[in-house]
Amino acid sequence: MNITTEINSLESFHLAVDETGAKERAASIAGRSIKKESKVAAIKMAVQMIDLTTLEGKDSEGKVHALCQKAMRPLEGSNEIPHVAAVCVYPNLVKTAKHALQGSGVHVASVATAFPSGQSPMKLKLDEVKRVVQLGADEVDMVISRGEFLEGNYKYLYDEVKAIKEACGEAHLKVILETGELETFDNVRKASIISMLAGADFIKTSTGKVQPAATLPVTLVMLEAIRDFYNETGIIVGMKPAGGIKTTKDAIAYLCLVKETLGEKWLTPDLFRMGASSLLNDLLMQYKKEQTGVYQSADYFSND
Amino acid sequence: MTFREKSAALHSVRSANGSTGSSSAASKKPVWEYAPSPEAKDHIEIKPQYDLFINGKWQKAKKYFATVNPATEEKISEAALASKDDVNRAVLSAERAYNKVWSKTPPKERAKYIFRIARIMQEKAREFAVIETMDGGKPIKESKSVDVPLALAHFFYYAGWADKLKYAFPNSAFSPVGVVGQIIPWNFPLLMAAWKIAPALACGNTVVIKSAETTPLTLYKLAEVIQEAGLPEGVVNIISGAGETGAAIVNHPKIQKIAFTGSTEVGKLIMRSVAGTDKKLTLELGGKAANIIFEDAPIDQAVEGIVNGIYFNQGHVCCAGSRLFVQESVKNLVVKKLKHRLRSLRVGDPLDKNTDVGAINSKMQLNKITELVNSGIEEGCSIYQPECELPKRGYFFKPTFFTNVAQSNRIAQEEIFGPVLSVLTFRTPREAIEKANNTQYGLSAGIWTDKGSKIFKMVGAIKAGVVWSNTYNKFNPASPFGGYKESGFGREGGLQGLKEYLKF
Repeated sequence: MNITTEINSLESFHLAVDETGAKERAASIAGRSIKKESKVAAIKMAVQMIDLTTLEGKDSEGKVHALCQKAMRPLEGSNEIPHVAAVCVYPNLVKTAKHALQGSGVHVASVATAFPSGQSPMKLKLDEVKRVVQLGADEVDMVISRGEFLEGNYKYLYDEVKAIKEACGEAHLKVILETGELETFDNVRKASIISMLAGADFIKTSTGKVQPAATLPVTLVMLEAIRDFYNETGIIVGMKPAGGIKTTKDAIAYLCLVKETLGEKWLTPDLFRMGASSLLNDLLMQYKKEQTGVYQSADYFSND
Repeated sequence: MTFREKSAALHSVRSANGSTGSSSAASKKPVWEYAPSPEAKDHIEIKPQYDLFINGKWQKAKKYFATVNPATEEKISEAALASKDDVNRAVLSAERAYNKVWSKTPPKERAKYIFRIARIMQEKAREFAVIETMDGGKPIKESKSVDVPLALAHFFYYAGWADKLKYAFPNSAFSPVGVVGQIIPWNFPLLMAAWKIAPALACGNTVVIKSAETTPLTLYKLAEVIQEAGLPEGVVNIISGAGETGAAIVNHPKIQKIAFTGSTEVGKLIMRSVAGTDKKLTLELGGKAANIIFEDAPIDQAVEGIVNGIYFNQGHVCCAGSRLFVQESVKNLVVKKLKHRLRSLRVGDPLDKNTDVGAINSKMQLNKITELVNSGIEEGCSIYQPECELPKRGYFFKPTFFTNVAQSNRIAQEEIFGPVLSVLTFRTPREAIEKANNTQYGLSAGIWTDKGSKIFKMVGAIKAGVVWSNTYNKFNPASPFGGYKESGFGREGGLQGLKEYLKF
């Protein structure tokens, strides 16, 4: 714990990442064979780590209300499957979600800071954050100013995250790096560390609006940054890959990545989330398959 | 309470319970454990006894020896112990096949046979992988992803060369060597057989090949493939046995070339025996490779490279990165990360798909590793081994590394051929070069830096046959492999590998 969380501490971290090596390592962990009881346990764990997400222009109160029902009781008529971690919506729908989820233990997360581009004045971003917190958001998913970062204005990024963290009050702050736009793993590692120095509670890969979104290698690079940050400062930061996680197999690979990179203490919804919409039903389908030995038609799983 | 306060509190509660994730051997039940995931072995066929494969037929020997699974210490099968007479039969069969059939077979027909062998092997890839793991102790994920696919790749690659040799060596006249004797080690039985048989056949030679004493099975499975492929009788003869069988091959007057992969000690014996004869010789012997980590390296990937370099195949790799040289400014960081990484290595049943480190190949090898590790402790080096449970039966050894190692320690000089790494340090590139080259061996090396110019400088200065940069243990049939100094001479793989099987 020999460093402070000032921006100049960035230099204390080794920032080089070899892309080929990182991809190879991620592929090797993704090759783990998870069967039987460990698969069932993984499915339940994965459900609890989902930020069930809808981020569309056509989102309405009806849509969000329905999504919240699914979030609270993923498998209809059964308590075997726990509720998801959070429902993630646009600011205008925070109130609806808050109301629908009252007392369920499911958090409300709201994207903010001119999501997904972040191309708005700082003042508007701060106002937006304060407003969603006031409306009852437990978690705020902000986007960083990628343009400033790519121009080399690391201090700008640091100050930005720090200011938004302050505006969050007690709400948790997830910082979206939009790794698809940062492109290189060197950039991803650098942006991860700056965000953590500035106060991020979680770092998150993507908005889901840019391709590629979450990938295993990019998540590995961010998990390694979290581990190194923890070793240097003693501060624990969470991780959220988002976008493109569609199957149970994908989800289990992410869990293996967390377990083998950060260890088991990160295997909790408090520290690991997956932002997804279609993943949930695949997890349920696989769960039913483990229970009954046969796959059931997609028609047996509610679509909200 | 803010998120950071909450997680810090949660973390301290968990630590108090003794469950600190991967950072210590937790007494509490883990949150999520991987269930055993054993590779199915009901589809494989192992005969209770394997005879010699001579002249395209299975022929009885006078004596047989047991081959055991090092992970369970149970006998799997018996293999023939080839006597001097058996070797003579095999060589005469190869000579007859060379004179009567193989030397008259057009190159493009030779290619077809080699392609056919590769394709049949490919169909049986899974069976080969399981048997390789049972007989040798290596993790199934390695035999499935490295041993078998690479062996196949060598057959495919050299099949392509068979009818294009004049393009490989333009403006020169050449002919096959004739009958070649090949002796291979126990660390990569099938792969080493492919490295040797494929180029020999492509160049028009006939072969007598001997497997190592502890791992005869996949070679005999290969014999079945060769039979199925309809290769003319006697073109490839496969036998098994120990040192005396090998000596009989080396000393046989009708053999025109010896290709040996194994220890430097035996390599020297072979060189003495061959001296004064007109036999061609290639030797691929031991190593004590330097894996060099500079302060500007991508550290997390370098740590993976260290692990892959020394714990791959339990360190039974002649080009294993067994000497780690770390620049002093990053030594503490690298050692810390290496310790963390070792705690997530899964040691155990080689047939489990999640096993990273399998069984030591034999009791004898386990004793040798133990002896050298004890010498390291006695000479005052600091040992690190992760807390992990080893299976009760079978030959296992924990992944190990030593710090505070000097060039003068035995563990820095002798080839251990096990999962044991010696960590040394350096201050400048020049010192790294000096120390890396300060060994009797020169097979391979690794260099880790983000700076391209430094890579080129180092590659030119290091006396080793293969130098990997920002990676380790990468193989390709098109890329030649072989040593400097007491790591041997001659190259296998690529164009250079063809040259060894031709007379010019």
